[in-house]
Amino acid sequence: MSARLSSSVETVIAARKAAGSGALVGYLPVGFPDLKTSIDAAVALVENGVDIIELGLPYSDPVMDGPVIQRATQTALADGFKLGHGFEAVAAITARVDAPVLVMTYWNPVLQYGVDRFADDLLAAGGAGLITPDLVADEASEWLAASDRTGLDRVFLAAPSSTDARLRQAVERSRGFVYAVSTMGITGARADVDQAARSLVARLRDAGSTSACVGVGISTGDQVREVLGYADGAIVGSALVSALADGGVPAVARAAAALAAGTVA
Amino acid sequence: MALRDELGPYFGEYGGRFVPESLIAALDELDAAYTAAKTDPVFQAELAELHATYTGRPSIVTEVPRFAEHAGGARIILKREDLNHTGSHKINNVLGQALLAKRLGKTRLIAETGAGQHGVASATAAALFGMECVVYMGEVDTERQALNVARMRLLGAEVIPVTNGSRTLKDAINEALRDWVANVGDTHYLLGTVAGPHPFPVMVRDFHKIIGEEARRQVLDLTGRLPDAVTACVGGGSNAMGIFHAFLDDPDVALYGYEAAGEGHLTERHAATITRGRPGVLHGARSYMLQDEDGQTIESHSISAGLDYPGVGPEHAWLNDIGRASYLPITDDEAMQALRLLSRTEGIIPAIESAHALAGTIKLGKELGPEAIILVNLSGRGDKDMETAGKYFDILDTAALAAEDEAPL
Ligand SMILES: Cc1ncc(COP(=O)(O)O)c(C=O)c1O
Repeated sequence: MSARLSSSVETVIAARKAAGSGALVGYLPVGFPDLKTSIDAAVALVENGVDIIELGLPYSDPVMDGPVIQRATQTALADGFKLGHGFEAVAAITARVDAPVLVMTYWNPVLQYGVDRFADDLLAAGGAGLITPDLVADEASEWLAASDRTGLDRVFLAAPSSTDARLRQAVERSRGFVYAVSTMGITGARADVDQAARSLVARLRDAGSTSACVGVGISTGDQVREVLGYADGAIVGSALVSALADGGVPAVARAAAALAAGTVA
Repeated sequence: MALRDELGPYFGEYGGRFVPESLIAALDELDAAYTAAKTDPVFQAELAELHATYTGRPSIVTEVPRFAEHAGGARIILKREDLNHTGSHKINNVLGQALLAKRLGKTRLIAETGAGQHGVASATAAALFGMECVVYMGEVDTERQALNVARMRLLGAEVIPVTNGSRTLKDAINEALRDWVANVGDTHYLLGTVAGPHPFPVMVRDFHKIIGEEARRQVLDLTGRLPDAVTACVGGGSNAMGIFHAFLDDPDVALYGYEAAGEGHLTERHAATITRGRPGVLHGARSYMLQDEDGQTIESHSISAGLDYPGVGPEHAWLNDIGRASYLPITDDEAMQALRLLSRTEGIIPAIESAHALAGTIKLGKELGPEAIILVNLSGRGDKDMETAGKYFDILDTAALAAEDEAPL
């Protein structure tokens, strides 16, 4: 199996920046409301202006997630989600649209699947890499090795409470982008995206980051525009999951288009 | 290195910090405060004073010969953590952490609770120190430990029933972690067992190790020698680590942890994490856990809310792997029979959690024989369990009660 030579995620982000804007990253969980619809919904995101897909693997104990995403992923688990469906979904989405697909997963499923085996199967399915909300770089030696071997992206998180030294580590160890957590909290749409996000991105710049995306709390096109004023990408999750839950693929397509309006320079 | 000197963050391959980046700063802050407090005579004196004047330490030991007749005639000595203020060992850790939280300038305590004993202890400390307190408790547990919910509310705490997932301890921990991520500035998460990310496993153990230190001396004074075995129930593992720790480097003292086997460890309804689980990451640490092949946590089952947890502290996982401690399953029924036996033979009603240790001790006593001395951690009292026990033995109405009194043991 050949390794990736460069990060498609970084390439996409750089192209959007060169065009005077930034990237829109859209999160949806696999298997909600069912496997096929989750694939169709991810495809619809890309067709409506989302640049990078963050595909969540449902997990029994999602401590970083708020009620909207918890409800969706619990439904997927109750309906029989298996890890294999995650690879199936990545392959199906990348076969239909030309956008990088990052998988967002808590660490234990990867550990149980086998870190190397997971990396190989993700690469084979056409996945771009992993976002790991409960794996800090300090604990990630196996994943650092597997991602170096395969060339997969690895997105670590940076928080307003992180020290400068930890931000430097997140920047050095991440590939694709650094996930800047906008606020001290869990996922969920919020009326204001924190001022904390702006200063966190500034600190990440000081730490050498050229690819920092802001997530947690973003739910409108105006917020996307505001975030892209200082960051390289805006990540939206709960707002899309709510739309999918309430109105299916047509609704999530409309929500994506409305968010993407914020990426037009 | 002595086994007693292990300080984490890893115990062998277990432990670590598998948490969102947002919590790392708070864990570092806590670790630094704890490390400083360990060697700070002022902190140590404050805690010792609280234990002497509030908790009721040292807790006594009680030898139970009438109970021991049913356990092969071995000498059985109970370490009476049930006599502590608030009714269990949990207060040892809570007062230590609450003092640390005060030093850190935190004004709000949050806690998870299963049986409610840790929640009650946390609410108690918050009342004592004038802090705000929020306790997360699985909805299933708020129902089976309703008395403790009322106690927490009376103490001024807010109890939030958790309706996600299995609606038990595991989900209460998830919810407390989410609260902590959002409010880490003014909030201390008072984790109630030797699980979770570093420094919790080592810090909670250290706040409980006084149990074993006292008991080791008390058994020596009473019998002139060390016990042959030390036993405890294991949920997350705090009362067990607390009593094991002082004996870790006594090679002739065997250590036994009893896990909740629910309807049987070979059924699908149990909480026998080390017996039936395998290593994985849950709630911030690598340890044994109950999980399916995809790494999804499997819901545990036990009649005892405090043991109904699909994980276990990393130090226990390590002690198991190196063969220093043994972990064995005890069913709901074995525990309930032991609860009744201790009540009737000694006039001591144990918590259902602690009854698992008693049931294990009955089997162990029969194996070791009358020459043996066994020290048991009686981690809590059974007041909170009267409704469960009343239903289990069908003794809630007077007619049934009278009939029960005629029944042989
Ligand atoms: C009396 C008692 N014993 C034991 C436990 C189990 O916890 P641990 O294994 O951490 O001692 C509890 C937990 O609620 C408890 O209340």
